[in-house]
Amino acid sequence: MRSILHVARHVFRDSVRDKVLYSIVAFAVILMVSSFLIGQLTAGQDVKIIKDLGLAAMSLFGLFIAIFIGVGLVSREIERRSIYAVLAKPVRRHEFVIGKYFGLVGTLLANLAVMAIAYYLVLEYMRFTMPPGQFTVSPAVVDPRLSIGIGMIAAELAVVTAVAVFWSTFSSSAMLSAALTAGIWVAGQFGADLRNFDQVVKSPAAAALARGLYYLLPNFAAFDVKSQVVHGLPVGADYIVVTLLYGAAYVAMLLTAAVFIFSRRDFK
Amino acid sequence: MPLCVLLMGGVVGLQAYREQHFRNLEVEDQILYVRTPSVVARLALSFKDVFADLYWIRAIQHYGSTRLSSSPDKQYALLYPLLDLATTLDPRFSIAYRFGALFLSEGEPGGANRPDQAIALLEKGRTANPERWEYPYDIGFVYYRNREYSKAAEWFRQAAGVPGAPNWLAPMAAVTLARGGDLQTSRLLWQNLLSSEERWVRTAAERRLTQLDAIEQIRQLQSLSSEYQRRLGVPPPSWTALINAGLLRDIPRDPNGVPYVLDQASGVVSIERNSSLWPLPTEGTP
Repeated sequence: MRSILHVARHVFRDSVRDKVLYSIVAFAVILMVSSFLIGQLTAGQDVKIIKDLGLAAMSLFGLFIAIFIGVGLVSREIERRSIYAVLAKPVRRHEFVIGKYFGLVGTLLANLAVMAIAYYLVLEYMRFTMPPGQFTVSPAVVDPRLSIGIGMIAAELAVVTAVAVFWSTFSSSAMLSAALTAGIWVAGQFGADLRNFDQVVKSPAAAALARGLYYLLPNFAAFDVKSQVVHGLPVGADYIVVTLLYGAAYVAMLLTAAVFIFSRRDFK
Repeated sequence: MPLCVLLMGGVVGLQAYREQHFRNLEVEDQILYVRTPSVVARLALSFKDVFADLYWIRAIQHYGSTRLSSSPDKQYALLYPLLDLATTLDPRFSIAYRFGALFLSEGEPGGANRPDQAIALLEKGRTANPERWEYPYDIGFVYYRNREYSKAAEWFRQAAGVPGAPNWLAPMAAVTLARGGDLQTSRLLWQNLLSSEERWVRTAAERRLTQLDAIEQIRQLQSLSSEYQRRLGVPPPSWTALINAGLLRDIPRDPNGVPYVLDQASGVVSIERNSSLWPLPTEGTP
């Protein structure tokens, strides 16, 4: 456990110094601030658009960060030739993979926190500059329910990071791992289509295959509650708990597979 | 660095030159590459709400630019497809449905004169949000503007039946059936929209109520013009003639301060074309 924490701390310290991450976060923050200007064009829908754009920016740039940092598990260590030094230390391979994962998720959450603070500051400014009569607008401008959306984005990105880590144990090419992770993320958005595939094809085999993929692929669409929280609709506690459990189970499965593959990999 | 500044100046200068000399060659913003909402919904992945916002912004830009256009054959051809896309991507996008109800059903040149599309959009909103009384109310409203009073009354009755609907909706069906087409009923319908959550709807309602004031004033002025003609046998040649006859105290102006127009030949009173209230609606004028 101590080794895992040590690796995680090391990865976190190493990652947060990465200038590329700063650029991504800065770009997301600029986008959120500029959404205030875009909101001026929208005939009274400025609050909705600022909320939508802010959550989308967190989701999209968080995805970039998750893929960018996640795929570097092995490739970066090989590039720096540090993998041999790491493996020579008294750190077991499973501790290395799990520690890396938690370090990466920590980095991701730190970046997401910066974006969330910028998001709430923009909304607070919006509320502050609103004419007094509009304070009663429903849902509220600075709505605490938005944090549920941000939390679900964080959970989704934790699964994406696990997917990236999993592929990176396979391949030494960061580019290939990034493409595979992005592909899985896109496929994971089509859960409903895969589930209902039997309604559009006649072949039972194709329908069964689609059904199998529906259960096998991560259902990223389940984490998407952005629309509900922006419109101020309730998201049931049971839905959140079950989805988070699903995410945790998927991460555990991917990390187990990643550890299995990484333990057997020959780096000579 | 100075070279960069110099080149930037050159770029800005050339863009300004292009703007002045080649404006007519710019591509018209009347193209919608993907029209099928279900395709756009899939392409948008988990960013459907942002795409909905983009289509909404395009819809109001399209409406605004077409409305301000001086072209005699201007059309709001993209208004419905854009609102349809926005509401497919975000089925709870209330303003998009209600904006469509107002401006798709509005007669030309202020609207698309397509009540059928307005009703289709609102039906879609009602199916996606059965708990909202506003959509059946708006459908009734569109039928009312289209002078189909029995259908309007039926939809007002349905709206009143939605749990949480305001109390004033219940008598609306009876009033519409009894007095459909009169100015007071029109005024009542628009006044109800003043309490709408959507700022756009409130602004449109305020404008329409001002137009209804103008219609009422024109009716009164028209009766004065007729009175003048009855007394002297000829239509009044000017407002001054009416003032001299003791029928008016001052040159009458519309609620926005623009003088009304008096046709010398016929004595018909109308609103000035340059007034921001022109053209006046035909509803409430049976």
